[in-house]
Amino acid sequence: MESRPTLAVFKFASCDGCQLTLLSLEDDLLALASRLHVAHFLEATSRIEPGPYDIALVEGSVSAPRDLERIRQIRRDSRYLITIGACATAGGIQALRNWADSEEYLRAVYARPEYIETLAKSTAIADHVTVDFELRGCPIDKRQLLDVIGSLLAGRRPRIPNHEVCLDCKRNGTVCVMVAHGTPCLGPVTHSGCDALCPAHDRGCYGCFGPSSQPNLVSLSDQLRRDGMPPREIVQAFRGINAYSPEFRGEGDRIEAESGRSGEADGSGEAER
Amino acid sequence: MNRDDMNRDVTNADDTNHDDEKDGVTTRTIRVENVTRVEGEGGLDIRLRSGALDDVKLNIFESPRFFEAMLRGRPLEETPDITARICGICPVAYQMSSVHALERALGVDPGEEIRRLRRLLYCAEWIESHALHVHLLHAPDFLGYPGSLEMSRDLPEEVTRGLQIRKAGNALLDLIGGRAVHPINVAVGGFYKPPRRESLGRLVPDLEAGLRLAIDATRWVAGFDFPDFEQAYDTVCLVHPDEYPMCEGRIEASDGLSITSDEFESVFVERQVEHSTAMQSIRSDTGATYLLGPLARINGCRDRLMPVARRLADEVGLQTPCHNPYQMIVARSLEIVHAYEESLQIIAGYREPQPSRVAYRPHAAAGSAVTEAPRGMLYHRYRIDEGGAICEANIIPPTSQNQSQIERDLRSFLPGILEMDDDELAKRCESLVRCYDPCISCSTHFLQVRIDRGA
Repeated sequence: MESRPTLAVFKFASCDGCQLTLLSLEDDLLALASRLHVAHFLEATSRIEPGPYDIALVEGSVSAPRDLERIRQIRRDSRYLITIGACATAGGIQALRNWADSEEYLRAVYARPEYIETLAKSTAIADHVTVDFELRGCPIDKRQLLDVIGSLLAGRRPRIPNHEVCLDCKRNGTVCVMVAHGTPCLGPVTHSGCDALCPAHDRGCYGCFGPSSQPNLVSLSDQLRRDGMPPREIVQAFRGINAYSPEFRGEGDRIEAESGRSGEADGSGEAER
Repeated sequence: MNRDDMNRDVTNADDTNHDDEKDGVTTRTIRVENVTRVEGEGGLDIRLRSGALDDVKLNIFESPRFFEAMLRGRPLEETPDITARICGICPVAYQMSSVHALERALGVDPGEEIRRLRRLLYCAEWIESHALHVHLLHAPDFLGYPGSLEMSRDLPEEVTRGLQIRKAGNALLDLIGGRAVHPINVAVGGFYKPPRRESLGRLVPDLEAGLRLAIDATRWVAGFDFPDFEQAYDTVCLVHPDEYPMCEGRIEASDGLSITSDEFESVFVERQVEHSTAMQSIRSDTGATYLLGPLARINGCRDRLMPVARRLADEVGLQTPCHNPYQMIVARSLEIVHAYEESLQIIAGYREPQPSRVAYRPHAAAGSAVTEAPRGMLYHRYRIDEGGAICEANIIPPTSQNQSQIERDLRSFLPGILEMDDDELAKRCESLVRCYDPCISCSTHFLQVRIDRGA
C-alpha cells in the first residue's frame, strides 16, 4: 500500500506559472516525488486518483460558475489546502474586471458572449473555503514552495517571512529607487519573496507578492503624491497583479473616492477613456 | 505507444461515455473530461452516429480572463508585465510581441545590441518551454508511461537529462529576465538593466553541457516509434532571410502566401465556437486551417538552423517538408539544439547595450507585430492614445490558431481507429492532441476587442 503522503494540484483561472514552479524544481523535483505520492496533477501525469489527499495545492482564482462547487469538493477532499500565487490568494490580475462592467468586458472580447460562462468577479480561494496556508507571488518563489511542502511533511506550520520588499533591498544593499531616482515603488508595502528583484534591476516594485503583513499604505500613497504622481496613477499602481487583495483594494478605492470628491481625476484603472 | 496504465475509470469521467439508440441510429459518445499533460485545462468530445464519426470537439473551458479589455487605459509601459501573465510557460513570447508591436507604433528602433539580447532571452524560453514538453509531458506517450515522474522510475537517466536541459535554459532566463516565470527586465525600448558580460560568461560551461545533452536527447527522441499518419498541412511561420525565425520577418505560408504583420488580420480570421472560450482561426483567402509551431518553422526554414542543429536534422533523417504531427517532438528537440547553439554564439559576441533602453515620446499611434512563440506565431496589435495609454489591444496566440487544425487532424485520424474500445480510442486522440503542445492557458480569453462606446 502507498504510505507516502499524497499531493494533488488543482488549477482555476490562471496562467499555469505557479504549478510550473513545481515542475521547475529541477534537482529537487525527483527527490520531492520520492517523498510524496503525486495523486492528481493533470499537467504532469495522466494517472488521476480520487481523494482524499493530504496536501492540495490550488492555483488560480474562482472565476466561473463551475468553480464554486469544484473548490468546495477539493476542500472536502483535502487535509491541507494551500493556495499558490496571486490568482488564488487575491483573485489575480483578472480581478481588474471586478471594477468594470463584466457584461461590457464580455462583449468587448467575445463576438458571441452568450457562449461564455463567467462570474462577475474574480475572487480568491479563501473567499469561498477555508485555506490552511496562502503562498503569495506572481509567480510563487521556488524556495518558498519547497519550504511550505517541507514544513507540512515535517508536521509544522510553514514559516514564510512576511516583511516588506523594502527590507530586502536594505539587506541586499540595493540603492533605493524611490529616494535616489524618484521612481514610484510598492516595495514599502509589498510582501517579501522575490528577493527585491525589480529595484535590483533599476525599476520600482509593482507588487507581485501582494501586501505585506502590516503595510502602511496611506504613508506610501502620501509619499507618491508628494513625488508628483497623479491620484489616477496611484490608484492604478495598487490595482495591478494583486488588485483585489483587501489592503490594495481598500487603498486604491480610498484614493479614488477622495480624488473623485475633489474632482482631481477619475482614477479608475480600466474605465473607458 | 499508448500503453499507459492510467486509470480513466477513476475520475476522468468514463461514466459520461454512453451508447444511445433512437430511431435506429446508435450514438456513441466518448468524453475525455481532461486532456492531461498539456498546459491549462481542456477536454475532448467525440460523437459517433451509427458507427461513423459525427463530431469532434476540443473543449476549452478555462474561464476567460479578458486581457484585452484589462489593458485598456493602462500605460503602455505596463504592457509587457501584464501580457506576460497570459502564460506562465511562455511569458517572454508575450513580452516580445508586446514590445515589438508598441515600438513599431512609436517608431522606436532599439538597435542591434538590444535586438541580440532579446533573441538570447527568447532562445532561453524556447529551451525551457520545449524541454518541458518534450521531456516531461510528451515523451511518456511514446514509451507507455502516464507521466514523467512514473517514467523516471524505469528511465532515471533520460528524465534527469531532460531536467538538466531545462535547467540551463531557466538559468539563462533568470539571469537576463530576473526570473524564469514572468521576467521583470523587459521594457518597451529595451531592458531595465542588461546583464553583465561576465555574468553571461559564467553560464557558458552549463550551456555547453546543455547543448551536448540536447543533441543526445534529439537522437533518443528521433528513435521513437511514430504512428504512420500524415496530414496535408498548410504551414505558416515568420521567415527571415538570414536567421531562424524569432522576432522579425515576413509571415509566409507553404502555399506561397507572404505578408507583413500589418496584413495579419485580413488573412487570418478568428471565429468563435460554442464549445470553447478560445477563438479559432482559419485563413480568409483559402477558408482552410493552418499549422504553426516547430514543424512549420523547420519545414520552412531548415536551412537557417545553426550548423550543429542542421547537421543533426540530416543525421536523424528528418524528411522535410514533414507532415506527420507525431514528428513535432523531433522538430521541437532540434529547436532546443538550435537555441543552445545560438545562445552560445550571442554570448560570445555580447556587448552591453548602451543605452539599455531607448527613449521615446508617447503619441497617438498603432502598431502590430508577430513573433515566434515556442508554439508558433503570436500576433499582437495595439492602439495607444496621445498620453501613452492603451486604448485597444488584439492578441492572437498560437494555440487558438492551431485549434482548428487539431480538430481537423482528429477527424482524419479517428475513422482508422473506431474499432478500438473507448479507453484506447480516447488515449490515442489525447496523444495526437499532445503533439501540438497545446497551451490552453494561452489560447483562451482572446478575441478582437470591439469597443462599443454607444452614441
